Amino acid sequence: MPDVIKDGRVVADPWQGQNLLTPQELNASGALLGAAAADAAPVAVVLAPDQPPSTIEGDLNRLGLVAINFPVFTDGRCFSYARELRELGYTGEIRATGKFIRDQLFFLQRCGFTAFQFEDDANLEDCLPSLTDFSESYQAAADQPEPLFRRRD
Amino acid sequence: MYVYDQYDQRMIDERVNQYRDQTRRFLDGMISEDEFLPLRLHNGLYVQRLAPMLRIAIPYGMLSSRQLRKLAQISRDFDKGYAHFSTRQNLQLNWPELAEVPDILAELASVQMHAVQTSGSCIRNTTSDEYAGVAADELEDPRPWCELIRQWSTLHPEFAFLPRKFKIAVCGAEQDRAAIHTHDIGLELVPHPESGEIGFKVLVGGGLGRTPVIGSVICDWLEKKHLITYLEAILRVYNQLGRRDNKYTARIKILVKAMGVQAFRERVEAEWVRLKDGPSTLTEAEISRCQGFFTAPAYRHCDAAAVTAQLQAQAAGNKRFGNWLQRNTVDHRVAGYRIVNIALKATGYAPGDISDRHMEAVADLADTYSFGEVRTTHQQNLVLADVAQEDLYELWQKLDGLGLAIANLGYLTDIICCPGGDFCALANAKSIPVAEAIQSRFDDMDYVYDLGPLDLNISGCMNACGHHHIGHIGVLGVDKKGAEFYQVSLGGSQAKDASIGKILGPSFRREDMPDVIEKILATYVNLRTPEETFLDTYRRVGLDPYKERVYA
Repeated sequence: MPDVIKDGRVVADPWQGQNLLTPQELNASGALLGAAAADAAPVAVVLAPDQPPSTIEGDLNRLGLVAINFPVFTDGRCFSYARELRELGYTGEIRATGKFIRDQLFFLQRCGFTAFQFEDDANLEDCLPSLTDFSESYQAAADQPEPLFRRRD
Repeated sequence: MYVYDQYDQRMIDERVNQYRDQTRRFLDGMISEDEFLPLRLHNGLYVQRLAPMLRIAIPYGMLSSRQLRKLAQISRDFDKGYAHFSTRQNLQLNWPELAEVPDILAELASVQMHAVQTSGSCIRNTTSDEYAGVAADELEDPRPWCELIRQWSTLHPEFAFLPRKFKIAVCGAEQDRAAIHTHDIGLELVPHPESGEIGFKVLVGGGLGRTPVIGSVICDWLEKKHLITYLEAILRVYNQLGRRDNKYTARIKILVKAMGVQAFRERVEAEWVRLKDGPSTLTEAEISRCQGFFTAPAYRHCDAAAVTAQLQAQAAGNKRFGNWLQRNTVDHRVAGYRIVNIALKATGYAPGDISDRHMEAVADLADTYSFGEVRTTHQQNLVLADVAQEDLYELWQKLDGLGLAIANLGYLTDIICCPGGDFCALANAKSIPVAEAIQSRFDDMDYVYDLGPLDLNISGCMNACGHHHIGHIGVLGVDKKGAEFYQVSLGGSQAKDASIGKILGPSFRREDMPDVIEKILATYVNLRTPEETFLDTYRRVGLDPYKERVYA
């Protein structure tokens, strides 16, 4: 069973086999369900870099997983999307998929990503230290609501 | 100047460890070339024509003598005993070994320095006025704000992979010495038109490179406490909407042009609404903390009239000292003091280059005469900001003994020049030999002084590291069927009346460049009125008279 890094640990993928909806499919299904959508099981959606969180804003409360797919690891839009999702109040899993790399884990986590699904057969245990490359940061972000200047001794 | 506390130091130390591990994994074949590229760029390491180049950050140009000595030691131990001050106030080593870079970064961290985000598509070192805090024409010291921006932008998790590089400059004086109009974001400390409270005028979308653009005002006056959230809003819009399909259209200037300033401003405002007054709003305590690092040193009281009389006598008695005093020193806000510029523009040396021995000598002079601080300038020179007038003659004698008293600051031979084809892999043509040929041709200082203030800027390619677009005379190296040619432009300016130079006409061979410059200068001398500078005359008469003379 394929593993992912989730909440700082290597675990079996809890969403294994789940169909990932596009924002269009998500919107269509929401319209179809109407009021019943609130009681349905949480669903999963995948965003591409030209699909900002505003495209799924109305459906956030019935989502259990937002995957953000990196077409190339240098596509920085994905970082902003995760932050915006958190700022919109989304509290479920945000998962990096696609071509992101291990050396981005610290920044990705700060932006609100909680899970990482590597494309290749990376040794996930070896990647874990990159989550804690730094023990302190200057900026406020999804993992730390207060910038350092409000916390300095 | 700013001093690290445990938090700052820990982050920089952890950065060294992170990069050491990344370098090890790269050398072990565990990271591909493509994946290692941004990681090394984010730590200042380019791979150049002949060897890697390491760009070390000098935040807003401030250096302690201890840091300068460390840079001297690093350039001796890890390089060939010299280094290069860049047009963005940074220091570049031309010959480091890739495997040794983590050790260099550890050495830097030991004196509170780093190479974080000095290259790559991220927020670069914030630059500022080299006379900050001491300029007679200053409204407010920009350095605390630069430091606040440095901290916010350092290892910012959201903006490490922008569409392209991103440069911010801050100025707080009457005269713009930070070229804020040609930065991705330019910040100017200005009084509110009604209340008089000082805030920021914010410019966006300026830049040089392939498409030179003067920045547009996006906010006339921003309350200081909102600085960080407003910057964050601009960056977030750029990060999401900036083009990523073509590196030549990826800078924010292209986005602002494409959207129009008004539409861009509306997007930023919409983003800002969500961030404004949030936790990143600056507190009074934090602003005061940062300002507390940039207070006036213990200036000596002196009899200003007596000291000035003595100085005049010294200048009258020694013409070379008099020239240096007039050209290379600048009014200080405190009576009895002057700002001293050390021009790194000796003929025979690449502009901005300095040896390890000279770095140490300047560090010693800073300790003796200027409270142990040195500044770097975007003109690739050094500044001792706080020299007592009564020490000037002694200081000049020592600089002269070192060959560092070249009295050409702001004149023709104070050439701003990128490393060019001698070092840089991007260059189309060499730039250093052109600078040297021009300096050699115009070695008559009386003629040079008679020409008045003149910015001559040389870039070896479109990337414009020599800022050729904003030189009064700009020279750009171009490739013509494999041969090096040089295109000349006139009328650029980096002052508050910033302008982009206009291209004179077809490009020239390298050996013709001194003649071309001579003809341009002769045209100016013929046409000028007694009070006119080179730029004034050009703006009055336009390009044609120069064209006729040069292509006759």
